[in-house]
This record gives sequence, structure tokens and C-alpha cells, in this order.
Amino acid sequence: MQLVLTEDQELLAKTAADFVAEHSPVARVRALRDSRDPDGFSRALWKQMAELGWVGIPFAESLGGAGMGLAELAVVQEELGRKLAPEPFLSTVLLAGQVLQLAGSETQQKTWLAGVASGDTFLALAQQERGSRFDLHRVATRAEASGGRWQITGEKIAVLDGGAADAIVVVARTSGAADDRTGISLFLVPSRAPGLRVVRQSRVDSRGAALVQLAGCEVPEDARVGALGEGLPVLEAVTDRATVGLCAEMLGSMSEAFERTLSYLKHRIQFGVPIGSFQALKHRAAELFIQIELCRSAVMAAARAVDEGSPEAPALVSLAKARCSDAGILVANEAVQMHGGIGMTDEHEIGFYLKRARAAELTLGDGSWHRARWARLAGY
Amino acid sequence: MSDGANLEGFRSEVRRWLEAHAPKSIRGLQASIEGAGNWGGRRATFDPPEMKIWLERMAARGWTAPTWPTAYGGGGLSNEQAKVLAQELAAAVLPPPLTGFGLEMIGPTLLQFGTEEQKQEHLTKIIRGEIRWCQGYSEPDSGSDLASLQTRAVRDGDHFVVNGRKVWTSYGDVADWIFALVRSDPNAKKQEGITFLLIDMETPGITVRPIQLISGKSPFCETIFDDVRVPVTNAVSQINAGWTVAKALLGYERAMIADAFGASARGPRKKAGQGSRLVQLARQYGFANGGSGAILDGVLRDEIAQLEMDERAFHLTVQRSRDAAKAGHRPGPESSLFKVYATELNKDRHELMVRIAGAQGLGWEGPGYDEDEIALAHQWLRSRGNSIEGGTSEIQLNIIAKRVLGLPD
Repeated sequence: MQLVLTEDQELLAKTAADFVAEHSPVARVRALRDSRDPDGFSRALWKQMAELGWVGIPFAESLGGAGMGLAELAVVQEELGRKLAPEPFLSTVLLAGQVLQLAGSETQQKTWLAGVASGDTFLALAQQERGSRFDLHRVATRAEASGGRWQITGEKIAVLDGGAADAIVVVARTSGAADDRTGISLFLVPSRAPGLRVVRQSRVDSRGAALVQLAGCEVPEDARVGALGEGLPVLEAVTDRATVGLCAEMLGSMSEAFERTLSYLKHRIQFGVPIGSFQALKHRAAELFIQIELCRSAVMAAARAVDEGSPEAPALVSLAKARCSDAGILVANEAVQMHGGIGMTDEHEIGFYLKRARAAELTLGDGSWHRARWARLAGY
Repeated sequence: MSDGANLEGFRSEVRRWLEAHAPKSIRGLQASIEGAGNWGGRRATFDPPEMKIWLERMAARGWTAPTWPTAYGGGGLSNEQAKVLAQELAAAVLPPPLTGFGLEMIGPTLLQFGTEEQKQEHLTKIIRGEIRWCQGYSEPDSGSDLASLQTRAVRDGDHFVVNGRKVWTSYGDVADWIFALVRSDPNAKKQEGITFLLIDMETPGITVRPIQLISGKSPFCETIFDDVRVPVTNAVSQINAGWTVAKALLGYERAMIADAFGASARGPRKKAGQGSRLVQLARQYGFANGGSGAILDGVLRDEIAQLEMDERAFHLTVQRSRDAAKAGHRPGPESSLFKVYATELNKDRHELMVRIAGAQGLGWEGPGYDEDEIALAHQWLRSRGNSIEGGTSEIQLNIIAKRVLGLPD
């Protein structure tokens, strides 16, 4: 594993940075929030990203994708993260999209993934429940077979971009108790399926999350994705991939929040001097720099480990997410504190970084959850 | 023939030579703990005695200083060849024939700044392990603010007369020569009145006293200069230009430390389930479920995972820095965090180990504690100095804030 960008990856990063600078200022996030946009992101911009080839990065070429890896997707997501771009890479490409790429039937892949890669189709993954925390195996939602069809009943929370999705991958239990590791199955549920209710939620980070309620929601047998009762390994592999993408986004956000704060420290004058000349602030800024550098190494390693199919990939993914969760919130908290009163106002953009840092921390496992997973993987 | 093929030819030559010349009794020896290995010098002791033969044979080929010019007795190897030699030494589990501040610090500095006479006089003796060096930088009143040093050097004909006091002169009590910073012009700006001086420790007027640390015995000494006469020709570079030399030497010192970090980053990794030292300690001292080996105390498990993950992230950062250098990039800002982060982590690790050992982590000496437990307590106390020596953590953070982040003074 080489922890350095290839020339192609550097070029991709540059293209992404230029695109984001031109099309995606943080003001766009504010506008989406203030207009109560039903999607919470821009379909037009998403289509452009698809035309640039970014949306198809992790999909096989036979499915209309670029057949590249997370190392490539990560450089794009980092640049998008810098300006808090809310477009649905995580939900459509990495979560639900990867479920179909890893476990979907040929028909399911053909039906859905070409549309995803072209930027026309949106998907979501309904996994988390009120009582499950971040554990993938704790599934209370049940699917019962009846007359060659499945009836799904339960409630899912924090379904990212669920409101915009054309279909939702629903994780449901087909056998066993609520915390068994087997008996978990995956179902692809079209958004208009009877008995499915998708309620758009309003979150601190203004991202498009939804509550998904299934009251005997009925789908045909061929809606099932992957082997019956064997959904957990698929979810684990998919979640690791998605977590790398999220970490790359978090790395971009914390880098930008830090750079904005550094600039503020250099230009804000109090007591007749720039406040960045005070050692109390210098040392804290240096600590933030260290944390961000460590995050960068961990994210690069995790992306490459997953791409290479390394047995160490799950541990490195947890390393990346634990670090990015904790460093992200530290950087954002310090950013607001160092900006002082102006940092508390909605008018200033730094608060958007704090809100997104907290939401990203509490998505796909926080620091303590990933440390526990690291310990479990290491046998203690 | 291509360079690669040449290198492989060199590799087999090295392998054959080591096989024929490395004494059997030194194979499998590791020089990892502080002060271990062969430091040479007039008072060198060899353990086992065959270490002496090993040193002489390696020195005869110049392979104690593989990349130094052959004119001074060095190996004259390219960096790639030196890497091959190091790899073959590691593969054969052979200890370095020689280590110390001569090879790592003053040697490279003399190659850069020394006169031809100084190189002829000192480099060969360093390569052969005949002279051991120590470092005279810090003073009682000049720690982090090193350039404020007050040890005076007053010109008297062809000599300087040196008076003052140096502290933290590691191994001063067993060293033969010292490279020291002295104030030769008290009226100049503090960085501009300093001379870098080479001093024979046998010169009359030098007294060395060992320093006892909170962790007990230490290699540190205090070195006192009382009307010590040093030939003016022993100044390295120009008189009053010693600060430039001093900073270059600090660069070599940091390279040595970075190499050590790199070595630990490349070290073998434990397999899952086997458990790190921290986990083994937790099991040994009653924190684990006997059956599964899981640590029952969730807070401790979190602390251990946090530390292991911090260490892994650090090693990945060292690797990233090396990979970038190999790819031809200029050194990135990440290298500025190595010293501060590695030393803070080492303190955290020792603190956690002592806490895990509990009452058994408090042993200073004597009955009721095994060797590892006593070592643990001493190493914990010693580790507290890691973030003070070689530039305090606070100074490192100042450097990052100024040079990397561009924050104003």
C-alpha cells in the first residue's frame, strides 16, 4: 500500500476542487436549507457530477461505472466535503448502490445501477432503528413470507436521502431474535410500494434524512437482494466502503474549517495584535493540525486497504472513522470558539461546519463504537 | 548491467561476506534499549568479547559508516547500497557493529563543515570506534532557549580558554571528546556570538558528574569547564558562526530520531487475537474474562484501543511521509508532528501500563516485584522526559504554529 496520491488521483482532486469552487459555495447549503428544498441537494449538480464520471467511480464498467476504487472516490468526496456539498454520494453510490453491486442479481443491477451511474436514479439504505445504535446486526424490523411475497413491518431512522430515493434497500429480519447475526435479509423496496411511508426529517445539518415506516409493506419475492438470511456480511462490507467515503468527506470539512479558523486567527485584531499571536491559541491550532494530519493518513490507508481487499481493512476503516469523528468535532468546536461571538451567528458559515461535523460523527458509528470494534477485531 | 542487477550483485556479495565474517556468538543480538549496542571509545567494553572482532572487521571495510567517503575510511557506498547492507544485517539478525553520536551527529556535521585536517583527524577514529563523542549544548540557564548559552570562550593566542557548565551531556563520563557550543563574542546578538568547538575530554580543567533522574541512574551528566585551553583550530566552521553548525547537527539528530520511528513503523505487526503488550498486561493483571480474553472493563478497553489506534495512525503518518518522499515530493508538513506526537504517545503508553499493573506497577526494587515490573516503573518515570529532551513539546508546537501554520509572533 502506497500512501501517496497517483498523478491521476492528483488530477482528479484538482478537477474536483475547481468544480466545487465554481459551483458549490457553502452559500448553496444555506439556500437549500432556507428554501426547505425537498431533496436537500441539487439534482442538476448531481447530473453534472455524473457526467464528470464521479458518480460512477466505484461501479463496474459493465454497469456503466468507471471501475475505480475508493482511493479515487475519496479525493472527490474530500473536495466536496470542504464546501459541505450535500449531494447523495453516501446514500445512493456507497450505501444502497454498493448493496446492489455486491449482492444484487444481474437483473437488479441492470435495472438500477445504470441509472445511478448516469445520475438519474436515487437510492437509499434503511438500516438503522431506534434501538440499534450503530450495530448492524440489531434488526427488529421483520419480513414475513406470504404467498410468494414478502410483508415488511417496522421503522427505520436516519435514512439518508430517503425522501429523494426512487427505491430503498430495507434491512429486515427473516428469522431469529432481534440481535442474532444471521436471519437478516435485504429487500429493494420501490418508493411507491404500498405500506411504505417516507417522512422527510429536518436535521441540524440540513441533510435529507428520512423516517421510513413499513406497515406490512408488500414486495415480490424478486425484491430480495442477496441470499436469504445472509444479509449481515453484505451490510458489513458495504458499511466499510461507505464509511471510507464519509471519512473522506469529513477530512475535507475539517481541513476547510481549520483553514478558515487559521485565517481568522491571522486577521482578527484584539488588544492591538492578531489573536493568532497568542500562545494559548497557537498551541491549540498546532494540536488541530496534528489531528488532521493523522486523519489524512488513516483515511488514505483505509481507502487503499478496502480497494486491495486487505484483511486489515475493517480495522483500518474503524481507525479512520474513530479519528475523523473525534478530530472532526474537536476541530469544529475549536473553530467556533476561536471565531468568538461571530462564530455563534447563523450569518457566519463556520457554524455549518460544526453542525455537519456532529452529524457525520453520529453516522455509521462514532469514536467509541469504532474503538470497541477495533478491540473486538483484535480479540479483546 | 542495470542498476538493479548491480544492486543484487552487491547484495549477494554482502551476504557472503557477512556469512564468512560475522562471529557466531553475536548473531541474534539486538540493540534496542537505551544505551545498548557498542558505543566504542577509549574505554569501550565488549559484550560478548567477539563484538570487538565484529567491529574491527566491519570498520576495516568502512561499513560502520557505509556512506562516508573511502578517503576517511568510510564505505563509500551509495544510499541504495547502504540500504541493502542494512537489510542484510537485519535479515541475518546481526547487531550494528557501532553506534553513537560520532557516527550519527558529529561525523555528518564534520563532513559538511569540517576542515580537511579535522576530517582526517576525527572521521577515521569515529569509523573505527576509537573515539566516543558526547554533546555539550544545554546549560543550567539555557534549555529551550539554547542560543542564550553562557559558557565563555576567551581568545588567548592560539587557544580559547573555556569556562562554564554544560548539562545533559549524555555519556559525558565515558566519552573521549565533546562537541560544544561556547560564547566567543558576548557583545554580538545571541545567535551570532557562538562558536562550535571540539574539545578533548582529557584536557585539564574538565570535571564530569553523573545526574540522577527521577527514574534513577541515567547516562546524563553535568560537565564543568574550568580554564580549559582548547586550540583555536578546533573550531568547526568560522569562529562566531557556530549557531549554523549547531542547527545542522540538530537536523542530523532529528534524522536519527525519524529513522528510529521509521523502523518501528516497518516493524512486524501482531496478528489479530494475539494481543498487544497492553492487552497482555490487562489479562495478566486481572482485567480479562478467562475464557474469551475480552477485557471486561469497558473504560480500560476503550483506553487501550484509543492508544493502539493513535499509535497506528502515527505509524501510517510516518509511512505517508516516506511514501511521498519516495515518489519525489518535497517533505510535507506532516513530518513536523513526529517528535511531539511520538513522545506524547510514549508517555501515554507507559502511564497506561503502570495503571494496568496497579500496585505491581509501583516497584522500585527488591522483593515482591519481578524484573518486568521494576523495569516498567522506571521506564514510566523515564518516559516523562521524552517530551522535554530534544526540544520540548511546547517548543515543537511553537515551531508548527510558526513554520507550518504561519501564525504571527
